[in-house]
Amino acid sequence: MAELTEELSSVKAEEPGAPTKDVRVHPNPDPAGDSRAGTPTVIVDDLHIIYRVYGAATEAEKGNAANALMRLLKRQGRPQMKEVHAVRGVSFVAHHGDAIGIIGRNGSGKSTMLRAIAGLLPPHSGAVYTDGQPSLLGVNAAMMRELTGERNIVLGCYAMGMNPAQVREKYDEIVEFSGIGEFVQFPMSTYSSGMGARLRFAIASAKAHDVLLIDEALATGDRDFKRKSQERIKQMRDQAGTVFLVAHNLDVIEETCNRVIWLHKGKIKMDGDPKAVLAAYNSA
Amino acid sequence: MSQPESAIADAQAGGPSNGTPDKGQEPLAKLAERYGLRRAIARPSLPVYLRQLWERRHFVMTYATSRNVSKYSNSALGQLWQVLTPLMNAGIYWLMFGLILGADKGVPNYPAFLITGMFVFTYTQRSVSSGAKSISGNLSLIRALHFPRAALPFAYTIQEFQQLLISMGVLVALVLVTGEAPTWFWLLIPVALLLQTMFNVGASLVLARVGSTARDLNQLLPFIMRTWLYASGVFFSIQDKVVGADGDVFRQWIADIMYFNPAAAYIELMRDLLMESHAPRPYIWYVCIFWAVFALIGGFWYFWRAEEKYGRG
Repeated sequence: MAELTEELSSVKAEEPGAPTKDVRVHPNPDPAGDSRAGTPTVIVDDLHIIYRVYGAATEAEKGNAANALMRLLKRQGRPQMKEVHAVRGVSFVAHHGDAIGIIGRNGSGKSTMLRAIAGLLPPHSGAVYTDGQPSLLGVNAAMMRELTGERNIVLGCYAMGMNPAQVREKYDEIVEFSGIGEFVQFPMSTYSSGMGARLRFAIASAKAHDVLLIDEALATGDRDFKRKSQERIKQMRDQAGTVFLVAHNLDVIEETCNRVIWLHKGKIKMDGDPKAVLAAYNSA
Repeated sequence: MSQPESAIADAQAGGPSNGTPDKGQEPLAKLAERYGLRRAIARPSLPVYLRQLWERRHFVMTYATSRNVSKYSNSALGQLWQVLTPLMNAGIYWLMFGLILGADKGVPNYPAFLITGMFVFTYTQRSVSSGAKSISGNLSLIRALHFPRAALPFAYTIQEFQQLLISMGVLVALVLVTGEAPTWFWLLIPVALLLQTMFNVGASLVLARVGSTARDLNQLLPFIMRTWLYASGVFFSIQDKVVGADGDVFRQWIADIMYFNPAAAYIELMRDLLMESHAPRPYIWYVCIFWAVFALIGGFWYFWRAEEKYGRG
C-alpha cells in the first residue's frame, strides 16, 4: 500500500499541471437515491496497464521444436515482442448513482481500462478498488458459433455464474428478449450479425450486477432492438448504482451519463460534466 | 452491497462533502480503505477458491460438453468420429508395430498390450497438451468474465475424459477380441481411470500456468510428448527391454526408475487389470496413487498461486 501512494505522489510531482490532477470531480449523483448515493464504489489509483504483443515470427525462428527449446532455456523473448503501454496513470473515483461515459479514439485504452476495473486484467502498477464485483457485459467470449442458440444460452448463463435453477428461470426471458424465435434451434454460425448481437446482449443482460461495465453493447441491432436494449440498460443502471459505458456513439453517452471521462493515449484528458467534455471532444 | 456499515456511517458523518473529503490531499488508497473497498484483483484464499470452483461446476461440465459437440459439428459423420478416431488409431498402431516392425517378440497378446498402452497414454497426452493451451488459448474469455481460472484446465481435462469413456468402450471390445476373458479385476478399471484423471488434472493445471507465460511451450510440447511416449513403454515392455532375462540388479534399478514415470505406471496398471498374462512390478498401485495425489494437490496449489496474473497478454 505504501509504495502505491508513494508512486501516486511522485506522478503528481512530475506533472503538476496535468489534467489527471483533478481526480475528485463529482457531479451531483442522483439526489433522490438511497443513503449510499455519493459514497465511492470504484476507485482507480494511478493505474498502469502494459500489454505484451507478439509480432509475426520470421522464417528463421518458426516451427521446429529445438529452436523453441533454446529460446525457453535462454529465457529470451522474441525480438518482435513489443510492450504496449495501454493505460498510463489513470486515477478517478466513481460513486453510487454515477453513470460514467468513457470516450476517446480507437486505441486510447477505453476497453483495457474497463477490463482492469472488472478485475480481469492485472494492473502493471497502481490499483483498482471496488465495492462488490464489477461485471463486464461481455458474455460473447464464452459462446461457440458452431453450437445452437439453445446451447449457447445455457453455456453463457453458466459462464456468468448462474446455477441451473436460474438458467431455467431466465431461459424463456432471454429467448423472448432476443426476438430470434425458432432460430434458437439453429447453430449461431447461421445467424445474421444482428441476430447474434441480440442474442448476446439478451444473455449478458439477464443477470443483475453491482457495478456494470458496458463496452459498445449498443452499437448493433436494428432501431427497435436499440430502444429495447437502452431501456434494459437504464433498468440495470437503477439496480447497479454505478454504470460505466464505452461508446463511440456520443448521443447514447449524452442521454445516459452524468459524467464523462475522455481518455487520450492512455491518460485522462478531461473528466467532468458530459456537455463540457463532449463539446471539447468534438472540437478537438 | 458488501459495504460495511461503518463505511456508510463514515460517509454520512462526512456531511455535504460526502465522498470528497480533504480536497486533493488524501491518497486514493486511504480513501479506498476508509470506505471498505477492496482491490479488484486479489487472489482468494485456497478454501474460498475451491468453493468458487465448485460453484462453477455446471460451467465446467457444460463447457467441456459444448467443446466436444462443436468439435465434430462440421463433419458429415458427426459424433461417430468419437468412436472412429480411436478405432482407426488402434488399427494403425497394430499394423505398424505388430505386423511391420514386429515389436511383439516375447510379449504375450501383443495387440492388447499395445492398444491398451496407446489408449492410456493418449488420454494423458491429450489432457496435458490441451491443458497447456487452456489459459493461453482462452484469453478473450478470461478478459471478459470473472470465474476461477482453474475451471478452464478442469474443463479441458473433463472434455478429454468424456472422449476417453468412448475410447474405453472401444478398448474393452478390442481386448475381448484379442482373446482376453473378463475377470473380476475389470471392476477396478474405474478406480484406475480415476487415479489417472487426478494425475491428468494436476498435470494440466501445472502446464496451464506454464503455458500462460511461456508461449513457446506449444511449439515444444509435441517434442516433449514424443519423448515421453517412447519412454513410457507403450510399444515395448520396459521390463523385457531394460532388464532382460538375466535379472541384473543395476538394470532392474533403471527399469524401476522408468516405471516411476506416471504415464508408464498408469499404462502398466491398466494392462494388469485387462490382461491376465501381464504381470507388472508389485509397487505399481503405489506409484499410481502417489502421482494422482501429488499431481492433483501440487498442481492445484501451483495454479492457484498465479490466479491473479492470468489474462495479462
